[in-house]
Parts: sequence; C-alpha cells; structure tokens
Amino acid sequence: MSAIDSFRHQFLEHAGRWHGQEPSWLSLVRREAFERFLDRGFPTTNDEDWRFTNVAPLASMEFSLDAGTGREHGSSLLRSHLGDDWKRHEIVFVNGRFSPELSAIGTLPPGVVVESLASALESHPEEVEAVLSLNPGEGATVFSDLNRAFLADGAFVLVPEGVVVERPIHIVHVSSAERPAVSHPHHIVLVERGAEVRLVESYLGDDGPSYFTNAAAEIVAGSGAKVDHYRIQREGESTFHIGSQRLLQAEGAALQNYSLSLGARLSRIDIHSLLDGEGADLTLNGLYVVKGTQHVDHHTIIDHKKPHGTSRELYKGVLDDAASGVFNGRIIVRPGAQKTNAQQTNKNLLLSEEALVNTNPQLEIEADDVKCAHGATIGQLDKDALFYLRSRGIGREEATSILTRGFIADVSERIRIAAVRDAMRRFVFAEAA
Amino acid sequence: MLEIKNLHANVDGREILHGIDLNIRAGEVHALMGPNGSGKSTLSQVLAGRDTYEVTEGSVTYLGRDLLAMKPEERAHLGVFLAFQYPVEIPGVNNTYFLKAALNANRKARGEDPLDAMDFLKLVREKVKLVELDEDLINRPVNEGFSGGEKKRNEIFQMAVLEPKFAVLDETDSGLDIDALKIVANGVNALRGPERAMLVITHYQRLLNHIVPDFVHVLSEGRIVASGGKELALKLEQEGYGWLEAGARQ
Repeated sequence: MSAIDSFRHQFLEHAGRWHGQEPSWLSLVRREAFERFLDRGFPTTNDEDWRFTNVAPLASMEFSLDAGTGREHGSSLLRSHLGDDWKRHEIVFVNGRFSPELSAIGTLPPGVVVESLASALESHPEEVEAVLSLNPGEGATVFSDLNRAFLADGAFVLVPEGVVVERPIHIVHVSSAERPAVSHPHHIVLVERGAEVRLVESYLGDDGPSYFTNAAAEIVAGSGAKVDHYRIQREGESTFHIGSQRLLQAEGAALQNYSLSLGARLSRIDIHSLLDGEGADLTLNGLYVVKGTQHVDHHTIIDHKKPHGTSRELYKGVLDDAASGVFNGRIIVRPGAQKTNAQQTNKNLLLSEEALVNTNPQLEIEADDVKCAHGATIGQLDKDALFYLRSRGIGREEATSILTRGFIADVSERIRIAAVRDAMRRFVFAEAA
Repeated sequence: MLEIKNLHANVDGREILHGIDLNIRAGEVHALMGPNGSGKSTLSQVLAGRDTYEVTEGSVTYLGRDLLAMKPEERAHLGVFLAFQYPVEIPGVNNTYFLKAALNANRKARGEDPLDAMDFLKLVREKVKLVELDEDLINRPVNEGFSGGEKKRNEIFQMAVLEPKFAVLDETDSGLDIDALKIVANGVNALRGPERAMLVITHYQRLLNHIVPDFVHVLSEGRIVASGGKELALKLEQEGYGWLEAGARQ
C-alpha cells in the first residue's frame, strides 16, 4: 500500500469516530482539506514548487497513526535539547499527542493560555474555529491539507491584549516511534493587540524507524503585537519532516520567525507570511546545516498586502558531504502596498564537492513606490582564509569550523534567546554542553 | 636553523624559483631584496606551506627536519611564522578568538596546557602595546575594516603573541607611511633575540634603516644573485636593481 492509500484508509476509519465527538465545523474542515489532498496527491518533481525536492520515498511508504508510547525516549531527548537552566513555560507533545507528564507550563501571566489544542476546542472553540476556518489560501500545500484532515492535537497559545509574557513559551514535539508512523501536530498562537511573546517551537526525534512529522503552525499577531519565534528542527536521520507555517500580521505588528533546520533525512518548510496591516514589520531568518545525504528545503512567501510594510529575510546554509538544499524565496508586493521595503538574502557554504544547493529568489512587485532587493550566493570555503588560519597553527578541521562560525555569525547573532543561541552552537559545532 | 638547498618551485606549471640556496642561523636577521616578480613572495609562501606552489627540486631543512614534508599547521607548531604581504580578511571571526585558537593549537602541539581566558587577555594586553594597536580593533573580525597599516601591525601583533622561532616578513613595509613603518620596525626589533631568526623580504631599502639586517640577499628572476652585509642594501638604494639584472642575464 502506498502512503496515499493508507491515508485514505485511515481517514475513512477515523471519520466515523470523529463524527459526533467534535464540532461539525471541524469535520467539515477535515473533509474539505482531505478532498483537496486527494485531488492533488503527492507532488512530483514536475511540480514547479517541488522541482528539487523528491518526496517519492515518503509517498511510497506506509505510516501508522499509532507510534506506540515512546515516552521514555522522549524525556531523554528533551533533557539534552536546550538544557534546563533557562526559564520557560514548556508544553510537550510526543508522537502528536499532548504529554502532561513531560510538560511544565508553570504559572502564566493572567489571561495567558498555553494548553493542548484538544483542550482549546472545549475552552476556546470560537478562537480555534476562526483560525482553522480561514481560507487556506495560496500558502496551503498538499501537506498542510493533510495536516488539517488528520488534525488531532498541538499547542494552543493565547496572549491577551497588552500582556507581555516574560519567559519564552517552549512548544516541543518529540517523535519516538516503535514502527513507521506519522503525526500531524498543529499549533495555534494568537497574540492580541499590543501583546508580546517569545516562542520556541522544537521538533526532536530519535534515530529509530522512519517517521513522518507533518507539522503545521499558525501565528497570528494583532495590531502592534511583538512576536519573536524560533523553530528548531533536530529530528532523527530517518525522519521525513514537513512544516507548514502561516504567519499573519496586523497593523504595526512586529514578528521575527527563525527557522533552524539541522535534522531529518528530508525536511521541507513552507512559510507563508501575510503582512495584512499597514506598517507591519517582518524578519525571516533561517539557518540550515546538513551533512551525509540529508536534504533540506525552505520555501518562503512574503506577501506585502498593505503600505509601509518592512520585511528582512536572511537565510544561510552550510552543506557538507552529499547533502542537498533548496531555498526558494518569493516576495510579493500587492498593488497599493506602497512604501514597502523588502530585503532578501540567501547565502550558502558548500563544504564538499558533492554538496549541492538550489537557490531561487523571486520578486513580484505590483506597486510602484517600493524598495526591494534580493541576492543569493553559493560558495566554498575561502582558500586564502583557510591557509591563513593553518599558517598560524590551526589544523584544517578546526580552521574549517572557525570559518563556518564566521560564515554564520550574522545569522547566529539574530537568535535573541541565549539558551537557543548557545544550543545552536552546541548542535552545529558538536561542542560539549 | 634553516637550510634551503637548490629550491625550485612552480606555479601553474611555470617555474618561479630556479634554485635557491640560503642558510639562516638562530639569532640572525636576513634581508631578501629584489624587484617585483623576482620570486620573493613565492619563496615566503613555499616556506609557509601554501599548496598552490609546487616544489619540483631541492630541499628545505628546518631544525634538522624536512620542512617541505610538513603541513602548514605543523610548521607553525615548530615555530615558523609568516607575516603576510596581504593579510586575509575573515568576516565574522573575532580577531582575539582566532588568535587564542592559534596560540592554544600551538601549545597543545607542544604538549603545553591551553591558556585560559584571563591569562590570554593578560598576554594580549602586554603584546598589543608593542605595535600600538587599538584594543578595540583586535576584538573586531580578523582584518575586516582594518587600514593597510593596521593589517600589517596586526601581523606583527600575532607574531608577538605566537613567539615563533623563525619568522618570514613578506613586504611588511609595503603600503606603510613612515610612522607606521617605525611602529612595525620597533615591534620587530623588540622580538629579535639569540634564539630567533628572521627573513625580512622587502622591495625597498628604507625598512632596513629601521630593522638592520645581518645579511642582505638579492633575488632576481628566481635566483639569489648577490649576498652581502647591510651595505649591499645601500648600494641597491643608490644604483637600483638594473646592474644585477644585467649581470644575471650575462
């Protein structure tokens, strides 16, 4: 059985169970999403958006919705992730399901909600419905539709108007399966007018059986809200990781989204960002570091819909061995989105002859009074710099590591949570904790 | 300390060095002069281990060992240092971080414990005075945004911290005004000692007013065509290189 057949089978099996146990609007959202999924099927490399990312290995597999418990492993992965000496509110999911045992949400400021999406369907049905019933729009992919069809759990975060959450909120998903399995975690973060929050969204996993994490997140930033959001993907070497992120900004909202992609056999992140209010300010940063035969793909869409918006995008990649990468960055400036300022940069460092990257920046400008610039580079280590370091007594391996640090220095500094920045260096450079 | 015998070297299949012989003993300062294109920089790069140069004949013995068989970092561990003619800019890499990594790599290779942050800082504060570099500057990315003179002073600063046994200064005077030249020369002179040898490569005699060499050699078309004491440099200053090139061709 192929993946598509097994998903059809699973959907039919569950549809009856969901029916009656959940609000009818949700069953409708599922059914419509699943129909769109079946209509399109898995993409092939003939699809423009998937030219350089072949999901055939995923599409030929069969993934169970039941991964087993995996809890023991989950807690050890969690402990070795960002360490324990940073203060945060932590909500943990294992194989797609909320884990109260591993979570440590702690005391939140008044009115702030951090809970599982399954609970939020009871406690905040209107808010959840409003987000899930939004037109999936241009940013929807086959995988975000699949996620909606099988939506079961995820994090629900609500920060009410004007509230500042001091400690970061850490949303963790751990995949630790006993058999090839899939999960479809779906996170919703609502940050109301003038509120401020820092979020870390982590995906961890072990090197067990093939796993398919099909995650989705929707971040809504109200007028003047400030959101600083880090997404860390460090799944096991046999994992397929798909992430669909939808970012929505109202007037004057400032949002930073940071994608750190290190793990998985194949990973693909789609970020669809809508600047839907005047003067919205978006920073998209990304760092991908892959080796072996890993493949990593980031597709970002920045859609400037209103005037006076600003977006800055900086993605950097370091690829070693026979690893491959894709960066596709689209910037759209709609008619009327005058005085938009959009800057996009993608830079790649190839550490081996076999490593490969495809980078494709795209500008679609439909307004006439805008400032837009983009650039992309692919390069190897600077031989002169390498010799300079070695002539001072630094061995080749350490010199390579120092130059790699130098290459990613600017994008590293944009991580504004010390625990995350330190952990990143630990992961990338295999430093001791 | 260093014995170069009949050294031939190619770049891209073209021979640049046509048989160099040179002996340098501990405590000596040798000046190597010559016009552009005579092979001065090629020799310095070959001694430091740059792999774009291919040695086709001859040998270099350093402290009784085959220098040419060693990797660049191994040469550094044994005390070889090259002050680059064109120091490399390395964006994103902090100058002091780089220097600490270098010093500790050398110490490790010599079986010594690494210097901790405090001791390293003390060493840096002491050595940076030698070349009158701004402490602010040495905490910036390596050579990035440095003026030409600051880059050269940074080379001598690194040399002061790493304390090599044998240093090659490749046109360290080029691009320096007279004040910067004096600072660099003072820094170099402070590092002269009975255990340390230097090969000072220069196009102009003026550096040698400040770093007085024990021996002067003239390189022309890949060969040493004249050797002598410091008075040879003065003769070159007055008469130019013409007489040597004419002599070399006959």
